[in-house]
Amino acid sequence: MKIDINTVEKSNEKHNLHRKEKKYNLQRNQKKLALFFLAPWIIGFLAFSLYPILATGFYSFTEYNLFDPPKWIGLANFNVMFHSSEFYTSLYNTFYYVIFGVGLQLFAALITALLLNMKVKGRAFYRAVYFLPSLMPPVAGALLWVWLLNPKYGLVNAILGFFNLNQPLWLSSAEWAKPAIILMSLWGIGSTMIIYLAGLGDIPSSYYEAVEIDGGGMWSKFRHVTWPLLTPITLFQVISGIIAGFNVFTQSFIISAAGSGNSPIGGIKNSLLFYAVNIYQEAFSYLKFGYASALAWVMLIIILLVTLIILKSSKKWVYYEGE
Amino acid sequence: MVTLKRKKISSYVILIIVGLFFIFPFIWLVDTSLKSDMQIFKYPPQWIPKPILFSNYTKALTTIPFMHYVWNTVKIVVFAVLGNVISAPVIGYAFSKLHWKGRDKVFILVLATMMLPFQITMIPLYSVYVKMGWINTMLPLVVPDFFGKAFFIFLMRQFFMTIPEDLSEAARIDGASELRIFLQVILPLAKPAVTTVGLFAFIWSWTDFMGPLIYLTDSANWTISIGLSQFTSSHGLDWSLLMAGSAMFMLPMAILFFLMQKVFVEGITMSGLKQ
Repeated sequence: MKIDINTVEKSNEKHNLHRKEKKYNLQRNQKKLALFFLAPWIIGFLAFSLYPILATGFYSFTEYNLFDPPKWIGLANFNVMFHSSEFYTSLYNTFYYVIFGVGLQLFAALITALLLNMKVKGRAFYRAVYFLPSLMPPVAGALLWVWLLNPKYGLVNAILGFFNLNQPLWLSSAEWAKPAIILMSLWGIGSTMIIYLAGLGDIPSSYYEAVEIDGGGMWSKFRHVTWPLLTPITLFQVISGIIAGFNVFTQSFIISAAGSGNSPIGGIKNSLLFYAVNIYQEAFSYLKFGYASALAWVMLIIILLVTLIILKSSKKWVYYEGE
Repeated sequence: MVTLKRKKISSYVILIIVGLFFIFPFIWLVDTSLKSDMQIFKYPPQWIPKPILFSNYTKALTTIPFMHYVWNTVKIVVFAVLGNVISAPVIGYAFSKLHWKGRDKVFILVLATMMLPFQITMIPLYSVYVKMGWINTMLPLVVPDFFGKAFFIFLMRQFFMTIPEDLSEAARIDGASELRIFLQVILPLAKPAVTTVGLFAFIWSWTDFMGPLIYLTDSANWTISIGLSQFTSSHGLDWSLLMAGSAMFMLPMAILFFLMQKVFVEGITMSGLKQ
C-alpha cells in the first residue's frame, strides 16, 4: 500500500489544530464555571475575612463604642495596653495554657494513640470511649467538670481522698484553677488522638521489621521509626494547638458563671483571664471596641510570630520522608 | 512467652484505667442527674441514687424553657448545615477539579483564613451586624455558612483530588458540559465527603457558644448553649437539674457518634493528615 506522506502530515496538522482548539475551549469552559463557583467564596472572603481584618486594624487606632463614629487616637490604645496589668496577666495565663496544656494534650494524645495502635482485642470499643468526650458541647462539658472538681462534693476529690491524697480546691483557688482547666482539656483530646492514630496506621510494618533485624526493642522502634514519621503531624498539631490555646474562652466563661459562686469573669484573682476572655470583656462588657481591636491585632501578631518560630525550628526536628 | 503475656496484660490494664478517666465523668453526670438535692450534698459522695429521680429531667425541661432553646438551636443548625453542604462542594470543586491560573496560590488564602482566630474579625462583623439589624436574629450565625467555611472547602478539595481525572475526561468525550460533569459525575461520588461536612457543621453549630453569646442577647432567641450557661446564674446552682439538662444536650451528639463513628474518624483523619 502506498501512503501519501503529504496527506498524513496534513491530517496530523489538522488533528493538532483541532486538539489545540479543543483544549482552548476546555480551558475557557472551566474558567467560566470556576468563576461562577468561586463567586460565593470571593464575596465571603471579602466580607467575612478581609474587610473585618482591615477594619480591626483601623479600629485599633481609635476610640470606638459602636454607637458614635470611631475617633482617631493614634497609638493611645497600645500605650494603655502595654501598661495594663490585665494584658500581662492574660498573656501569662494564655502562655501557661499553651505550654503546659497543649504540651500535655499532645503527649497524652500520642500515648493513647500508641496504646490503641497495639493489636489488642476490643480496640474499636476503646477508641470510641476515648474519642466520645471530644464531641461533647463545650458548655455541657465545662459544667460537668465544674461539678466533678467541686472541692467538697466532687468526684475527683472523693477519689483523691480515697487514696489519701491531697485534695486541692481546684477552680476555687487561684493556683489550682489553671491545672484544673488543663485537666478538663485532657478529657477532650479525642480528635488529636485520632489524627495520631491515623498517622501510626500509615507507617509501613517493614520499617519496624528492619529495626527488629538490627536487634532493636520497643524504645528504639519508637525513637527511630515512630517518632520521626509522626513529626510532620506533630508540627501541624502544635500550630493548631497554639491557635486553639489563644481561643480558650468557653471554659473560663462557664467557670466564672458556675464555678465559685459569683466570681467575676476571668476567675479568682484573674487566674482564668485568658487572652480571648480579656478581648471579650473589653469589647462587650466595657464597650471599648477600639481597645479590644488593638488587643486582637496584637494577638494575631503574637500567633504569627510564634508560628514562624516553630516553623523555623521545624527544620531541625521535623522529618520528611523522601528528603 | 511469659513476658509477652505480661506485656499484654499490662497494656490492657493501662487501656482500662485510661478508659475510666474518659468514661467516669459521663457516669457521674447521669448519676448526679438522678439524685435528690439532699443526696448530692452528702459527704463522702454516694454512688447509688436513692430515690432515683427521673423527675429531674422533666423538671429541667420546665424550669428553663428547654424545648424552646432546642427549637431555636435546631433552626440555626438546619440552615448552617444546609449552607455548608451547598457551598463547600461547589467551592471545593473550583479549587480541585477546575483548572485556572493561580488556583493553588489562591488556595493558600483559604488555608490562611482557616487559621484565622475569630477575635480578629469579631468586632467589625459585630458592628456591621448591629447596623444591619441582624443582632438577635440567626442571620450572623448562618449567612456566612452559605459563602463557604474554609475548613469545609479544604475537606471537599482534599476529597475531590482523590477522584481520578479519567472520569471527567470520559464524560467530556461523551459531550457532557462542565457543569453536568460536576453535578452528575463527580458530586454523586463525593457523598461520603459531603456527609462529613454536614456532620461537622451540625456539631459546630449545635455546640457553638461564643457566636450565640454575642449575637443573641434576647433570652427569647437563646440556644441551648446559652440557656444552660445562664441557668447557673439565674437559679443558683441546682446541680441535679444542670446535669439533667447537660445530659439532654449531649444526647444527640452521643447518638450521632454511635451511628456514624466511621464518618467522624475519617473526617478528622482527612483534616489532619493530607496537607
